[in-house]
Amino acid sequence: MYPFEYHRPATLKEAVSLLRKIEDSKVLSGGQSLIPALKFRLSSPAALIDLGGVEELRGIKLEGATLTIGAMIRHAEVASSPDVMSGIPALAKLAAGIGDRQVRNSGTLGGAIGFNDPAADYPAAVLGLGAVVHTNKRAIKADKFFTGLYQNALRPAEIITSIAFPLPKRAAYAKFRNPASRFAIVGVFVSESTDGVRVAVTGAASCVFRVKQMEKKLAKNFAPEAIARVHVPPDNLNSDLHASAEYRSHLITVMAQRAVQAALAGQATT
Amino acid sequence: MATPNIGQSIKRREDYRFLTGTGTYVDDVVLAGQTYAVFVRSPHAHAKVNAIRAAKAQSAAGVVAVFTGDDLAASKVGGLPCGWLITDVNGQPMKEPPHPPLAQGKVRYVGEAVALVIAETLNQAKDAAELIEIDYETLPAVVHVADVRKPNAAVVHDIAPDNTCYVWAIGDKAAVEKAFAAAHHVTTLEFLNNRLIPNAIEPRAAVASYSRGDDEYTLYTTSQNPHVERLLASGVIGVPEHKLRVIAPDVGGGFGSKIFVYAEETAITWAAGRVNRPIKWTAERSESFLTDAHGRDHATKAELALDKDGKFLAMRVTTTANMGAYLSTFASCVPTILYATLLAGQYTTPAIYCEVTAVFTNTAPVDAYRGAGRPEATYVVERLVDTAAREMKIDRAEIRRRNFIREFPYQTPVALCYDTGNYDATLDEALTVADVAGFAARRTEAEKRGKLRGLGYCAYIEACGIAPSNIAGALGARAGLYEAAQVRVNPTGSVTVFTGSHAHGQGHETTFAQVVADRLGIPIENVNIVHGDTGRVLFGMGTYGSRSLAVGGTAIVKAVDKVIDKGKKIAAYLLEASESDVEFRNGSFEARGRSKTFGEIALAAYVPHHYPLEKLEPGLDETAFYDPTNFTFPAGTHICEVEIDRQTGETRIASFTAIDDFGKVVNPMIVEGQVHGGLAQGIGQALLEGCVYDPESGQLLTGSYMDYAMPRADELPSFKVGLKETPCTHNPLGVKGCGEAGAIGAPAAVMNAIVDALSPLGVHDVAMPATAERVWRAMQDAKR
Repeated sequence: MYPFEYHRPATLKEAVSLLRKIEDSKVLSGGQSLIPALKFRLSSPAALIDLGGVEELRGIKLEGATLTIGAMIRHAEVASSPDVMSGIPALAKLAAGIGDRQVRNSGTLGGAIGFNDPAADYPAAVLGLGAVVHTNKRAIKADKFFTGLYQNALRPAEIITSIAFPLPKRAAYAKFRNPASRFAIVGVFVSESTDGVRVAVTGAASCVFRVKQMEKKLAKNFAPEAIARVHVPPDNLNSDLHASAEYRSHLITVMAQRAVQAALAGQATT
Repeated sequence: MATPNIGQSIKRREDYRFLTGTGTYVDDVVLAGQTYAVFVRSPHAHAKVNAIRAAKAQSAAGVVAVFTGDDLAASKVGGLPCGWLITDVNGQPMKEPPHPPLAQGKVRYVGEAVALVIAETLNQAKDAAELIEIDYETLPAVVHVADVRKPNAAVVHDIAPDNTCYVWAIGDKAAVEKAFAAAHHVTTLEFLNNRLIPNAIEPRAAVASYSRGDDEYTLYTTSQNPHVERLLASGVIGVPEHKLRVIAPDVGGGFGSKIFVYAEETAITWAAGRVNRPIKWTAERSESFLTDAHGRDHATKAELALDKDGKFLAMRVTTTANMGAYLSTFASCVPTILYATLLAGQYTTPAIYCEVTAVFTNTAPVDAYRGAGRPEATYVVERLVDTAAREMKIDRAEIRRRNFIREFPYQTPVALCYDTGNYDATLDEALTVADVAGFAARRTEAEKRGKLRGLGYCAYIEACGIAPSNIAGALGARAGLYEAAQVRVNPTGSVTVFTGSHAHGQGHETTFAQVVADRLGIPIENVNIVHGDTGRVLFGMGTYGSRSLAVGGTAIVKAVDKVIDKGKKIAAYLLEASESDVEFRNGSFEARGRSKTFGEIALAAYVPHHYPLEKLEPGLDETAFYDPTNFTFPAGTHICEVEIDRQTGETRIASFTAIDDFGKVVNPMIVEGQVHGGLAQGIGQALLEGCVYDPESGQLLTGSYMDYAMPRADELPSFKVGLKETPCTHNPLGVKGCGEAGAIGAPAAVMNAIVDALSPLGVHDVAMPATAERVWRAMQDAKR
């Protein structure tokens, strides 16, 4: 690690002000990606602004048809929250399958989508449920939030405060995990709600994306066989050490079908 | 009397220390005035080093010194030696290119150490390392064994223009050719035995210090064999052997990777003398991936000739083995002496010929890794046997039975002579425990769930405790293969045992104490085991190749027997009997109806007031060296069942049965633990682990746990293990060794199961590691 300043503000206002004031500063949430990058000397911010002390970024609320989760809520908290388990069981199960125990006890929802790793699980849920990302400045719809490889719609000095998930009628996440990292080689989140069906894919391309063709078919017939012949072409999919684009294309269809099957069976994940 | 210890699953005495965090590992050692070392490593697989500019680093904050290969050369520090000379088919010695601890003029793999920075703190050393400017002139790299002999292939070492270290052969080629010509059936397979990266929990580490007053060096290091480290490292840096003390304290796993003498601890030992300060180096995990000696990496063509009844007539094997960029300490003997000699397996194959070409590439050195040659040999034999059975439509257990060796001693056509074994016993037991009879029903049930279920066998043999020294010497070994022990009886009758073996997870402090307590008839609490310190232990060849109990344990037994013999002399005097009348049993020396306890004899030896001083020295402290007359030959049958997801190709181990014959077993619980660990590693090789270098650039692509998949508990079934006991005939304990068996047997069992599952689709082979995509592709290709 290179030396850096460390700040631990107690309020969101203070955090934003520090972020504005210190050039080349970074927010630290769960640290599961940032700390390794610092240790490898791949990242050298002038200051870290640790959000761990900001109480406003915590809390899980189930109100009406919306589940709101604070940005600093750890994966393990999502996985074990009665509100999440009753409101969107698929989200609780997804969180329970992220990384390992240590990661789940440190990593946060806000950190995960703020980093937007192309193989992370949470982006699939946020996009697949049509959630809204709230920041200190505005509300950003999921469809507008994830913009590319490790990219999102956040502007400088903008901090994610919470994510509001509309409750779906049913939903499930099917993940084919990388046996080494346990990130998703392909993860498919499927939800059905009054607004329609959403199918979001993570791990397969440079950024989480929706498969509209599957959504249309499933809106007519929410059943695995409805999408058996829908394939995302391999052209824009990742090809790496762990899976070829062709295999990922195949897995998207398989995992989407399994997610639909699980949603129908009320299993939340496969 | 003490209760019997041998055969009891006594809880591991060392575990309290390990589980409560009170062990002392190398990184726990903190010496006054300690400095920290960081190695600057090559980012290139192959490059000329035209200049190293270190002035800025030398003057950076906290820097004590910066050294490069030139400094070592100027100080006459030599190269890292290879401990086994292989003579090639033309009678020429293998090519042994120099292996300087810090690169001189050229770098030959990514991660090779180029410069050493020593500073007051680790961060200062890292900061300074970044200031070193190295002028590299990159060269094309050669990475895969398939590419090394291509006409335009890069040349790793000028002394080996064809990148060949040696071509070596064993067996009767003419007899094999003749048998193949007359064969009813020939089974042929070509495959890679995938390259593996060892992953001990504790990374390599070293703390070196120098005492100017005594002109003595002390090296704490993560070693499986501190005396070998002392012998070789002292030679490299030009320090008399008696002026270097090597201590390998608690060591967190080795799997072979800590046998070897590496650049890092050698360089910092030398440097400690130069800067007259202690120096600590602890590998980061990335450094472990890049620079720990890797394992396996064979490309093999294997053929088995059979008669119409499925009797094996001959085997022909051609292997190219990747040595990496330099010859690591025992690299040369792994694909030869420890590999080709095992190709008879459990079978009476009368003629075997194996030719091995060892090649240099621009990759990390490759050396012994759990099993070392024997997993590769077992894979060859057992993949061939399963495939031949399928091709000839013979039951796979039956074809093995038709070829089992049943008369012992058995001289194989590839040098080894098996002393004993009972291969039917382990096979029969495995068939029962694995419920092979019920497999067809399980397969049908799995099909209903969309899964392909397969069953695979592996009847392996292993050779442990490589010996004897004189024969090994004739085959090129540059070291002895004995073990040493000292049994020191203290005046109060407690016993301190000094062993040349080294424990880094094996539980020697328990097992060895059981052996000693049993033989002396004293409580195990009265026995202490000391290992891992050349300043305390007389000598030792260390722990590798599942040898510790068979060789190190036997040395201890010999020393214990000398203690008993001397005790009888003392007892004879005290009991006023003749020595030949004294019997030792249950911790008591008895003669003429009277007795003296072991403790009374010990006290008499150290307080010799009533003692035959004119005939006998006081004290009770004996040493012994044991050089085995033969290898030991553990063997067994492993049966694996897998289920494959038809849609994704993902393989799950449904069940795994391992019935092993390790001879006599001292501590069944520890043995079972060793089997579990070995199986996990073997299954890891079959399904998950694969070291991948970019074939062009030579960059390590699997350089972290994000990309290199290790087996984890949730991927493994609850193993069904069992033991059969055919005692070894040539050591007093009747023991054979158990450390590597799991890793030797599991890969072939798993892959045979996968091929069995896929064979209805027309699949004949799948490469290791059998990743989901590989299996899926095999299914896709079979459809076409």
